Amino acid sequence: MKTLYGYRRPDGKVGFRNWTLVMPAVACVNHIAALIAKDIPGAVAVHHEVGCAQIGADYRQSLRTLLNTGLNPNVGAVLLVGLGCERVDPRELAEEIAASGKKVEFIVTQELGGTNATIEAGRKIVTDMSEQLAKIHPEEVPLSSIVLGVECGASDFSSSLSSNPVVGYVADTICANGGRAVLSETTEVIGTEEILTKRCASPETATKLVDRIKRMVEYSRSEDRDDIEGVAVPNNISPGNVRGGLTTIEEKSLGAISKGGYFCPIVGVVEYAELIGDRPGLWFMDSPGYDPECTTGLMACGSTLVLFTTGLGTPLGNPVTPIIKVTGNRVTAVRMRDDIDIDVSAVLEDGVSLESEAAVMLDTLIDVANGKQTRSEALGYRDFGITRIGPRL
Amino acid sequence: MKRGLIMNKLDNVATVLDDVAAGETVTIRGLPSIVEISTLEEIPRGHKIALVDIPVGMDVVKYGFPIGYALTDILKGSYVHVHNVGSKRTEE
Repeated sequence: MKTLYGYRRPDGKVGFRNWTLVMPAVACVNHIAALIAKDIPGAVAVHHEVGCAQIGADYRQSLRTLLNTGLNPNVGAVLLVGLGCERVDPRELAEEIAASGKKVEFIVTQELGGTNATIEAGRKIVTDMSEQLAKIHPEEVPLSSIVLGVECGASDFSSSLSSNPVVGYVADTICANGGRAVLSETTEVIGTEEILTKRCASPETATKLVDRIKRMVEYSRSEDRDDIEGVAVPNNISPGNVRGGLTTIEEKSLGAISKGGYFCPIVGVVEYAELIGDRPGLWFMDSPGYDPECTTGLMACGSTLVLFTTGLGTPLGNPVTPIIKVTGNRVTAVRMRDDIDIDVSAVLEDGVSLESEAAVMLDTLIDVANGKQTRSEALGYRDFGITRIGPRL
Repeated sequence: MKRGLIMNKLDNVATVLDDVAAGETVTIRGLPSIVEISTLEEIPRGHKIALVDIPVGMDVVKYGFPIGYALTDILKGSYVHVHNVGSKRTEE
């Protein structure tokens, strides 16, 4: 196996990118944050739609997502940009992220006097932060330092027959070596309760998982169905899934859960974007299946790398955590080659074994961890979306 | 040769890996012996074919687990999809 290198942060956690993150405290200053980070090597800005006009569970969830994005070990330093009147307090957020030992600063647009003054102040800070971070050299780290998020999107028949099981073997390998993997997409485990609860390390974890699935089933039943070519399809599979050959949520789920491996125990269940614990094994994050929101949640809960399987092909990326896209569909591998990192179509087309594709995938995962750009990183994708619970004010 | 794949010996459907026309033979691997099935209708690549007759109400099984139930009598060699399969989890 190849040697793995990572950035060890002051709190002991290991990251595989070394970003200076520019984070708006509220959507009103998204453009300012983008202009602050623009063209500064090692700097990246997050673009989001929250920070104000939310209450209760939604507000707490948004705040948690922003905080835990700052805490992700792929981030080395953070500049928070506030407007001055928003509900999220950039000062408090800065203090909470700084408790991890990272360098964190904040600036407020209304205090500095407008866009240009804020950009000027911000760029000075971010340039300095990036220069400091560039002096840190990655060190050799064990495989157990990986937190691997697994996700699927634009799935078709090939996902369950090839790419998902190959990713599952890699997830099992990481967990068996003392690392952690995170499975999510509550929608896409509906119908697999019997299989997953048997893998739960404790009855409490099993109960929590089943409760979350029940909640998602009730929600998906509560609205009218879409009609595709005269047939009412379930709310929890997409039109593309149906065209790709998936018939029911049970079928989609049975294929989807193989991403989470086959034998590593499920050691805990967390809320959307809640930090997972230290215990090695498979974690489950309660989330929708919607790709930009799910990958944002996976990153915020601590994933430092994500393996993302796709049958039909999707261009998705993330500002903080590399998203490595995998397809098992040869037509997609060719047609969507701009967006695909790993092609495992030899499983279905040439009879190559899942195990040998998994060995190649683990090597590619390590290459990406060691700095090789993913397709979406090279193309500049910065998808960031926070899921919603209730109405927005 | 038109190809199909079965995932588990308990399955009563298989996935076809090529577009198939009505009346064509699909060669299905995944079991100790290779099964050949003649299709009753056109089935797109990646979609499912019935390996046996599946009476109305009976489980449709893939990966060794029910993925839904037959909404109508499904004949061996038929196209199996949203028009003749219902979900137990979303339609109770």
